[in-house]
Amino acid sequence: MKPAPSVILFTTLSGLGFGFLALLGLGLIATQGWPAFFHWAFGYALAVGGLLSSTFHLGHPERAWRAFSQWRSSWLSREGVAAVATLLILAPQALSDWLGLGWGQGFGILGAGGCAATVLCTAMIYAQLKTVPRWHHWTVPATYLAFALTGGLILAGTGLWATGAALGLGLLLAYGWRVGDSAFARAGVDLASATGLSGLGLPQVFEQPHTGGNYLMREMIFTVGRRHAAKLRTLTLILAAGLPALAAAILPVLPALILGGLSHLAGAMAQRWLFFAEAEHVVGLYYGRTSGKS
Amino acid sequence: MTCLPAHTDKRLGLVIDLDTCVGCQACVTACKGWNDQGYGAALSDQDPYGADPSGTFLNRVHSYQVTPHDGGTAKIINFPRSCLHCEDAPCVTVCPTGASYKRSEDGIVLVNEDACIGCGLCAWACPYGAREMDQEAQVMKKCTLCVDRIYNENLPEEDREPACVRTCPTGARHFGDFADPDSTVSKLTRDRGGVPLLPQLGTKPVNRYLPPRPKDRPEEASLLAPLLDIKATGFAGWLDRMLGKLD
Amino acid sequence: MGQPKIDTSPKVSDEIRKTTCYMCACRCGINVHLTSGKVTYIEGNRDHPVNKGVLCAKGASGIMQVTAPSRLQTPLRRVGPRGSGAFEPISWDEALDLAVSWMKPLRETAPEKLAFFTGRDQSQSLTGWWAQAFGTPNYAAHGGFCSVNMAAAGIYTIGGAFWEFGQPDWKHTNLFVLFGVAEDHDSNPIKIGIGKLKARGGKVVSVNPIRTGYNAVADDWYGITPGTDGLLILSLIHCLLEVGKVDLDYLARWTNAPLLVNGAEGPEKGLILKNAESQPFVIDRRTGMPAPWDGQGVEPDLGAVWQGHRTVFQHMAERYLSDEYAPEAVAERCGIPGPRIRALAAELSRAAFDQAFTLPIKWTDFRGDTHDHMVGRPVSFHAMRGISAHSNGFQTARALHLLQIVLGSVEVPGGYRLKPPYPKPVEAHPTPHFVAAPGKPLSGPHLGYVRGPENLALKEDGTPWRIDKAFTWENPFSAHGMMHMVIPNAHAGDPYRIDTLFLYMANMAWNSSMNTAKVMEMLTDKGPDGEYVIPRIIYSDAYASEMVAYADLILPDTTYLERHDCISLLDRPISEPDAAGDSIRWPVVEADRDVRGFQSVLLDLGARLGLPGMVNPDGTPKFKDYADYIVNHQRRPGVGPLIGWRGDGTKTGRGDPNPDQLARYIENGGFHQAHVPEGASYMKPWNAAYQDWAVETSFYETPQPYLFNIWSEPMRRFQLAAEGQGFIQPPDHLRDRLKVAMDPLPLWYPAYGDEGAEDYPVHALTQRPMDMYHSWGSQNAWLRQIRGRNFLYLPTKIWVAEGFVDGDYARVTSPHGEITVPVAHMAALNPDTVWTWNAIGKRKGAWALDEEASEAKEGFLLNHLISELLPERGDGRRWSNSDPVTGQAAWFDLRVRIERVGPQEKAQPQFDTLPRVVPQGEGR
Repeated sequence: MKPAPSVILFTTLSGLGFGFLALLGLGLIATQGWPAFFHWAFGYALAVGGLLSSTFHLGHPERAWRAFSQWRSSWLSREGVAAVATLLILAPQALSDWLGLGWGQGFGILGAGGCAATVLCTAMIYAQLKTVPRWHHWTVPATYLAFALTGGLILAGTGLWATGAALGLGLLLAYGWRVGDSAFARAGVDLASATGLSGLGLPQVFEQPHTGGNYLMREMIFTVGRRHAAKLRTLTLILAAGLPALAAAILPVLPALILGGLSHLAGAMAQRWLFFAEAEHVVGLYYGRTSGKS
Repeated sequence: MTCLPAHTDKRLGLVIDLDTCVGCQACVTACKGWNDQGYGAALSDQDPYGADPSGTFLNRVHSYQVTPHDGGTAKIINFPRSCLHCEDAPCVTVCPTGASYKRSEDGIVLVNEDACIGCGLCAWACPYGAREMDQEAQVMKKCTLCVDRIYNENLPEEDREPACVRTCPTGARHFGDFADPDSTVSKLTRDRGGVPLLPQLGTKPVNRYLPPRPKDRPEEASLLAPLLDIKATGFAGWLDRMLGKLD
Repeated sequence: MGQPKIDTSPKVSDEIRKTTCYMCACRCGINVHLTSGKVTYIEGNRDHPVNKGVLCAKGASGIMQVTAPSRLQTPLRRVGPRGSGAFEPISWDEALDLAVSWMKPLRETAPEKLAFFTGRDQSQSLTGWWAQAFGTPNYAAHGGFCSVNMAAAGIYTIGGAFWEFGQPDWKHTNLFVLFGVAEDHDSNPIKIGIGKLKARGGKVVSVNPIRTGYNAVADDWYGITPGTDGLLILSLIHCLLEVGKVDLDYLARWTNAPLLVNGAEGPEKGLILKNAESQPFVIDRRTGMPAPWDGQGVEPDLGAVWQGHRTVFQHMAERYLSDEYAPEAVAERCGIPGPRIRALAAELSRAAFDQAFTLPIKWTDFRGDTHDHMVGRPVSFHAMRGISAHSNGFQTARALHLLQIVLGSVEVPGGYRLKPPYPKPVEAHPTPHFVAAPGKPLSGPHLGYVRGPENLALKEDGTPWRIDKAFTWENPFSAHGMMHMVIPNAHAGDPYRIDTLFLYMANMAWNSSMNTAKVMEMLTDKGPDGEYVIPRIIYSDAYASEMVAYADLILPDTTYLERHDCISLLDRPISEPDAAGDSIRWPVVEADRDVRGFQSVLLDLGARLGLPGMVNPDGTPKFKDYADYIVNHQRRPGVGPLIGWRGDGTKTGRGDPNPDQLARYIENGGFHQAHVPEGASYMKPWNAAYQDWAVETSFYETPQPYLFNIWSEPMRRFQLAAEGQGFIQPPDHLRDRLKVAMDPLPLWYPAYGDEGAEDYPVHALTQRPMDMYHSWGSQNAWLRQIRGRNFLYLPTKIWVAEGFVDGDYARVTSPHGEITVPVAHMAALNPDTVWTWNAIGKRKGAWALDEEASEAKEGFLLNHLISELLPERGDGRRWSNSDPVTGQAAWFDLRVRIERVGPQEKAQPQFDTLPRVVPQGEGR
């Protein structure tokens, strides 16, 4: 799949934002007054910024409001609904924290649940797709949630909590890649079943339907070199998990927060780039462009 | 809307005969031509005379070479690919706006372009590559089964079929109602063992592909028996025997 | 939210105009939809006899042809050096005056100095007539580099050919055997036929080195080695004779098998024995005595020997029964195992004889014998350029017709059926006319069918009359001329220099020439006097092809939707076996540029030149334009370009011009059909009812029944000359070659390209894709997305042996040249053959494409590897790279070797960017 910058920004920023907001909502970052304002504003900025950047991916962003209508069937719609609902639910909590209204933690706890739900919906946009076997796996929502949690904990300056989460994320990533690498083969799809020609022998591409390019090939058939991918995975592990874990464990709060946060975000983006670039769509079979059996 | 209808009265779709398709691309441009001026936005082309031309097509014909497992004679199979109008169409359920829908009356999967935000998720959800985002209109385009032909009262009755079917020179494309067991498409599917594509993905495609008939079979019947031993009889003997047959 | 309501009955268009497609030579009927005056959709015309509603990829993309940015806009005159692209727009009057100022002096002094050749012309009865009126012998269309072998072999053998001149009896045939094929003749009818045959459970067998297209759907594929089809066919005949599975009754009645071959030494040896009335005769089995070949009740004896003269049948049987044609003897050369050949013969026999059937059609033959049924032999064939574009193509095509004949499957139910005005024997065709005289028209049509050396276009000194050397000892039966030799010969001044080269729709500076780079040089070459060796070039085309840049004067043509045309029975009509048919094109949209239909321009030029038939007695133009000509021209009294609605509108075939004729055609969807009467639709060459109808419908003036020519007497006459008989003698260096090539019985010899090709072990072919026609596809916004570049397809054997991987290029070397091109793997391919799609490669800057267009960057032609002359032989001479009988360009004799060079940026050779005569195309 094509790693579109808007979607990478969307998923990483909003994931981080909702992770941070969830911690705020749960009251794990105890602030009052203006510090609270800046904390909440930061969380909102990440989440809303992410959501906004997702609209750059749309052909018709002016119609984006329509996306709230199909929550019964569509994870993308659910994600929109959940995101907006969560941001609304958390607003009283933010006001209360900022202005010291003392409205308790009710909205915050509810909102934290909303944050988790939103991140889950985001992940499910991908994980629901049987057409992308690498994505169609529980590790995808788990990874998205883990990123949100880890990111939130790092930004919250939670020290060893952040270290633990980051190490957990690292393990999850490694596991996800391992199962992901064989996902296409396990999906049991090949050119023979894609064409119904299995009885005849081994089909291979003779000629592409068009010598000119097309949307499908640009959007869904993206190849990334194996060695390039391996390097990026290592980088991802270091940036998203290793460095932040170390920083949170040994550095004072502020430097740990800044260094660890930036490193984690860069790592998240690298992971997300790989998430798309390494994902092979079943349609690639028709074009002879999958690593699975052709 | 993006919930699929529990039941459709008809199940309209195509049967594509891989035994007969010569890969001429006629259906590709007939489709392009009709839909360029038909339902919804035109099918645009980018850089049409340039270095990297590309455009929206709702039907593309692949060509595969198949080598039999026993090492026999290789074959070329031409393979038209377009929307299969799945009963359990994942492209419909993923749509966040309800633009993508399956018609309850005939099962045609359509895009309401006015409601399409161009997110592309439906194209991701489709295993068959049936959907292409038009780069000019920025809405998702797909095979409509020529919904603006098949019921069109401005067309003669005989022309109320998809443009690709009407144009197919070898008659390799058939259109009809799979819900009707007596329709041509149902019969062809039964008689020729029509197959769905990627059934393991659970999309329940309506369209069926008729597999190529066995080809290049080793000659089974006994060869022709010689008239006589020409070596022994010489040409004269052959001629006598031969012309004796005239009577 | 409910399901949206959509309009399922939108208005389709304002108007449908029915005309004839011109996206290839198939000539399908099309419905052109217009909305607000613009073409919005093109579909097939369901009522049309050719395509019955279907339409191919090209046809449905015609809409992109009418708006193509490569369309020429206005007449242009060259102002800079030739090939520099420096042109100035001029008016039509200036353009025509200029052309007249060049042509008129030529006509008055040496008309042969105008050479007029047309490419994908569908108006040859007009262009030929014009050239005849001008008086130049130098006229032909492109058949010489297309498929004249197929046409000539067919006419000389069965009085009709493959091309689109006949078709299998799709309704009854059970087995369809396809040898090679070119996609642009009868393409939709063949697709329709294959579809129907398969739906009926019939079988398709293909013989082709490459398994694409029709071969892909073939139930059995014989991946033959190129150039050996003739050997395979004769081996099949061997098998059939061996087991006695030939149609003796058919051979005896309808072919010259029972005629006697003169066995006496001397000038008549090998000619058909004639009686005192100079008529051939047969031995009647009832009496054992000679009897007229066409006598009523006569039962010709195939086995007769009379005064030492044996029948054609015996000569034929003896030759093909020889062990040299045994499957085992030919298997290796053909690349097909012996048992497979025997199996195919068995299959042919099963279809022809075991599945024979009868139709209860009562008919009377030309002998006056009546029959109460017709025997059906449900096996049919088709072939085209694949077998004919070899230097043994004529004999191979004849061999295929012989196979049809011995199976008794021509013009019978279930077999191969000819379309009116065919069948038509050689004798009903003109001989060539070529004697040029200042100020005078030619005495008859240029192109014809030579009966013997006396018909050759040779001057008294033995030099050719024609610039292309057609109808000479080098290629006596060059019935379509030899367009591919015009530029090389004119450049060499051999046999003489010309002044003006006038070309229409022929991309001679690119894909229509062998030796493309050299031809480009010839077009711009100057003599010691500083003048161009070919002094003047006039070119007419609708589009900015590679050739345009080399013209001195450009006459821009219209697109096919903006013009009148007629698809005439005088030329190449759209008949079906059951109906004569012709059709028209008419301007369904008006041209939006300063362009004119070439045929109207030609008539205007003719009038300005005062050519006979084109001016009134008072000197005014006789025809306003081509439409006027189509309606009012009479070739013979009452016979004009169109057969429909003549006279008062009720006459078919013969009748006075009818001013409403075009309107009636338009009303009828652009075509007319005259149906063959019941009982006359099969056995046409011998069927009295058909012959009478053919005379009535104007194909000929008297009935022309004839026998199929297994033994070709015109060929034997040339062989006799080569043996030293007769007054008209070939040059000595051609004697041996003529003795072989002009054998009166079909035979096979290795393609000339094979000689000395040991270092070039691989055969290289091109095919035309079904979605492109020549160069035209490259300018089409839709078609070029489908096929905007080509690969050289390599068989598994070469792919593996050379270690090729995807993305590689190969260096391809022939005895003539070298190219470096992208490759791809193909499993279903003869192991000694490589191939690519024809004419995808383009020159940078042509066709209004971007210079970086894939067609120019990665696309390529094989033409650079092919020369119009073969390498020097032992005697220091260079034979032309063509068939020795017809001069057909032997494109497919090409031999190469292949080396892997790894990934490259561009195909080689690359040429300088062609100067643009139209701006580069942008949006659609």
